[in-house]
Amino acid sequence: METGRSFALRNRARLWPNLPVVVASLMALVLLWACLAWWLADPQLAPGPQIVFPTLWTALVSGDLWPDLSATLTRVTAAFGLAMGFGVAIGIALGGSRRADRWFGPWLTVALNIPALVTIVLCYLWIGLNEWAAIAAVSLNKIPMVAVMLREGMVARDTDLSDMARLHCMGWFARLRHILIPQLAPHIMASARAGLALIWKIVLVVEFLGRSNGIGFRIHLDFQMFDIAGVLANALAFVAVMLAVEWGLLAPLAQRASRWRQR
Amino acid sequence: MIRLELTEKSFSGIPVLGPMKLDVARGEVLGLSGASGAGKTTLLRLLAGLDHRFEGSLKVEGRRAMVFQNPTLMPWRRVIDNVTLPTSATETQARAMLDRVGLAGLEDHWPGQISVGQARRVGLARAFVMRPDVLLMDEPFASLDDARVEGLLELTAGLIAETHAAVVIASHAAGELDALATRFARVEGRPARLVQERVRAGS
Repeated sequence: METGRSFALRNRARLWPNLPVVVASLMALVLLWACLAWWLADPQLAPGPQIVFPTLWTALVSGDLWPDLSATLTRVTAAFGLAMGFGVAIGIALGGSRRADRWFGPWLTVALNIPALVTIVLCYLWIGLNEWAAIAAVSLNKIPMVAVMLREGMVARDTDLSDMARLHCMGWFARLRHILIPQLAPHIMASARAGLALIWKIVLVVEFLGRSNGIGFRIHLDFQMFDIAGVLANALAFVAVMLAVEWGLLAPLAQRASRWRQR
Repeated sequence: MIRLELTEKSFSGIPVLGPMKLDVARGEVLGLSGASGAGKTTLLRLLAGLDHRFEGSLKVEGRRAMVFQNPTLMPWRRVIDNVTLPTSATETQARAMLDRVGLAGLEDHWPGQISVGQARRVGLARAFVMRPDVLLMDEPFASLDDARVEGLLELTAGLIAETHAAVVIASHAAGELDALATRFARVEGRPARLVQERVRAGS
């Protein structure tokens, strides 16, 4: 029988099967960027990586970037947690009850089509220019998308398994843990991955419009100074953080949730 | 013991099962035949308590178990968990039952790693490990070849005899019902009625 350690090692190997390709692909992207910058020949309007990377490095080593990076990451984490919690609950409720979906499905469609900017402005106007408004605005933008993905997951679930659980009088927690969550796991992971990418972009807009710290605020300052290298350096810093979260946390979680498929 | 007095069962206002009476005592095995779509599965779902939306009354005494048309295993749990988790059987009981149905050594496999026939055996093990008082079987040997069905029929007959449960088995294969049932009935018509056919000689 397979030991936990051998399983972990095999999983790690599965997680990074394309590492050399990923590295080569990212290097090719940087090269393409460098070629474009060289061709445009305007370092102020289109700075190449040879300008942006040193700008980023300077901000990192001076310690200037860290507080803002941390502020943005905190907002992303809070908004992500709230959006996933409410979105998953609403999606399960609507997908599990046709009547609820008939009544509240249209609300979801309306919510999905409200522009992010409108939600952000309304939250700032109603709640004030504070942290609560920022996090609420980002969460409200993301909840409908999570709810829709989970609703589809609920509709597509295997109802025979639910019948089997009901017949055997499994308790609600056991049903949730052993029947429902494993079936919804791919949908939860997909919405988490798509959501994280979306959330950090909205957080930047929220910070740009109404916060006095965070990457979005830094980009606002760079915008006022017409510092395009600064804009790109700040964006790159957070893209790197998000890539680390994706590869270090979400990808292993997705791998674990679907390990039974790979046998 | 099962006692059903059904007036009507309908879907979206369309009656699918008509008036019928059904009694199955402990130790009896009622074989339900009928064409595909005749209403056998609908009737079994009523008996299982999975569908309460019907006119009439149902009385079922004791623990119910069901062998579904599909094996209905949790693919994300190992074979042994598929027996213990829904039934609250101990691991020892589950291993003994898996051994009984010929799956010794496969307890730690994933459902995706075993054949359809083996998955059906897991379904049988899950149903019988509970030592049910009422057992409902919906096309339990569908999509298996004759040789495998023969082996499973023998095994199922032995397990039914041990539990002494009230059993209803639905199948469109007459041979399967002949091997297991003590009474026979047919589901036919629109809405479907239950036509009592015969009792096995000597039962």
